[in-house]
Amino acid sequence: MERIIELIEIKTLKLKNKLGMHARAAAAFVKIAQQFKADIFIERKGQTVNGKSILGILTLACPNGGMLTLKVEGEDALAALEQLEKLIENKFGED
Amino acid sequence: MSAEQGKKTFVLKGIGVSPGVVIGKVYRFDPLDVQLSFYKLEDLTLIPKEIARFKNALKQSELELLKIQENLKKTKVTEPLYIIDVHILILQDKKFISRTIKYIRRLGVNAEWALRMTLDHYKQIFEGVQDVYISGRISDVQYVSQRILRNLSGEKKEVVWAIGDGVIVVTHDLSPADTAQMKMDKVVGFATDSGGRTSHTAIVARSMELPAVVGLDNITRNARTGDEIIVDGTSGLVVVNPYPDMLKRYEEKRLLYSVSKEEYLKYAKLPAVTTDDYKVQIGGNIEFVEEMPSAITHGVEYIGLYRTEFIYINREELPTEDDHFKNYSQVVTTKGLLWSTIRTFDLGGDKFLSNQKQAKELNPQLGLRAIRFCLKEVELFKTQLRAIWRVGALGKVKILFPMISGVEEIREAKKLLEEAKNELLAEGVKIASEMEIGAMIEVPTAAIIADKLAREVDFFSIGTNDLIQYSLAIDRANERLTYLYEPLHPAVLRLIKKVVDVAHDAKIRVAMCGEMAGDPLCSLILLGLELDELSMNHLAIPRVKKIIRESTLQESKLLLKKAMSFNTAAEVRAYVQEYMLERFPSEFQKEED
Repeated sequence: MERIIELIEIKTLKLKNKLGMHARAAAAFVKIAQQFKADIFIERKGQTVNGKSILGILTLACPNGGMLTLKVEGEDALAALEQLEKLIENKFGED
Repeated sequence: MSAEQGKKTFVLKGIGVSPGVVIGKVYRFDPLDVQLSFYKLEDLTLIPKEIARFKNALKQSELELLKIQENLKKTKVTEPLYIIDVHILILQDKKFISRTIKYIRRLGVNAEWALRMTLDHYKQIFEGVQDVYISGRISDVQYVSQRILRNLSGEKKEVVWAIGDGVIVVTHDLSPADTAQMKMDKVVGFATDSGGRTSHTAIVARSMELPAVVGLDNITRNARTGDEIIVDGTSGLVVVNPYPDMLKRYEEKRLLYSVSKEEYLKYAKLPAVTTDDYKVQIGGNIEFVEEMPSAITHGVEYIGLYRTEFIYINREELPTEDDHFKNYSQVVTTKGLLWSTIRTFDLGGDKFLSNQKQAKELNPQLGLRAIRFCLKEVELFKTQLRAIWRVGALGKVKILFPMISGVEEIREAKKLLEEAKNELLAEGVKIASEMEIGAMIEVPTAAIIADKLAREVDFFSIGTNDLIQYSLAIDRANERLTYLYEPLHPAVLRLIKKVVDVAHDAKIRVAMCGEMAGDPLCSLILLGLELDELSMNHLAIPRVKKIIRESTLQESKLLLKKAMSFNTAAEVRAYVQEYMLERFPSEFQKEED
């Protein structure tokens, strides 16, 4: 069964906060991701996890300076990506 | 019986934080593991119900966390808030949930089992993460799982407590949250690895007046749910899988503890002298040095029976001479003791790990044990004898040989004792200048030839428990035979009387160190028998002293004479009971129904 996908947004970002994708950052990420209908995936070094799963994100173990590729699929994909990008750029409100 | 023998006895020492003695079954309280029951669903139609149960537990856990978060917000503590966020997000994690549901559905296991598998899955993944901080986050997953499991078991708590009444909670440490969810009416005691006098466990135990020992280091490794366990909060001791004799002694101790009242303590330090000036020496039976403070408080004048078996049971290797010495010296040097009677090893060889291969005995009570075993294992015996000689240099010590059945055994034991002495003297080691030697009178033949034995030793100590068991040919562990166990049996009284009489003819002293010695109902009978010393569970001492101090030797002799004129044990008991009840109405009224 093929699903009709309205929109796919992909963007690669660099983590700039000191601690990388640790628990607090991951929690903040998931909280925002959950607000959108779109499916959100994070890819790193060939491993893809669900962006709405805190356990998935944690196991990516992305450090400061590490690269992440966000892949967002769904009608509100653009808005979701914007918000998540802002979070990462703002170092998750830390530092 | 053989299954019981297979379980290893462990004695652990900790901090007694709430006094009293209790015997029960171990309940290994592990916030995560033990209260779980893992099972396969009986049929597949139960799967949706199980999934719903899991989802309910998730919802319940989330509500709890939100509430905690709410409360924390009020206290303006911001730091832990995000952790709770993380925990809530884990609870909501779709992968986490779907994986667990998948296990329930595909494997037909219950929610607890499925969740445990999910947790194991994440453990494996997190272990693979290089980043130490991230791999440490598994603790958050564990914490959340724990909360879910609690909520799962909340629906069927009776399963958790299915081991019945008399539960002794064994755990690493207890938090207020743990005790809050316990069925406290089933709990009779606590034993924990860590903690101190002011730990939560200690406070809860004291407030509920339940015995507790904390700071045991590794009780959780030695005790399993369902194991028999003794918690002695007064001495700070815990015994896991006690052997039958020890269990019986603690049962006695437990009973005494529950009836030992403050009002009796004023008699503790007074001498046991009748109003017509007949004095009996009152001693204590002890097993562990930790019991000494309580023994002194309860008025022991000497140690009449220091059981040494525990030195052998708690270890992988045989105890060394120094191990013996160290233990004995703590008892022997206690202030206020006239002397300490050390009884040599009194168990069977099966108590040694190294000898476990030896054939199991069908009837260990009649087997190769006590002095018989020691005379066969000469080196092992000598190690103990040497330590006893050495400790005799620190305080007055008497030695007591158990289970003597004839003159040959006592001569052989004395020979080895002499050898040990000469060895030590040759080595220039400081030892006791002299030592009184005693024989336990507990085998009927020993009682019958007591006149011969009296020429070999300095004193007798009558072990009534075994003397009764061997004389009446009853296994004390057999509950269907308890009706036959009767210290006041005419034959038992005759045996004791004969032993005392021939001992006094030979001018040696006679002690009694069995349970009978501490039974207040028998106090006047024992006075009448003219025993020189009564050594008992120290908790029994104040009450026995009170009774002796209110009696006369003359009336006791008359009571004994009358008692011994009856034909049956039942008649003797009825008569003694009636006499004591009339004579000491306040002492016996309530107990005897």
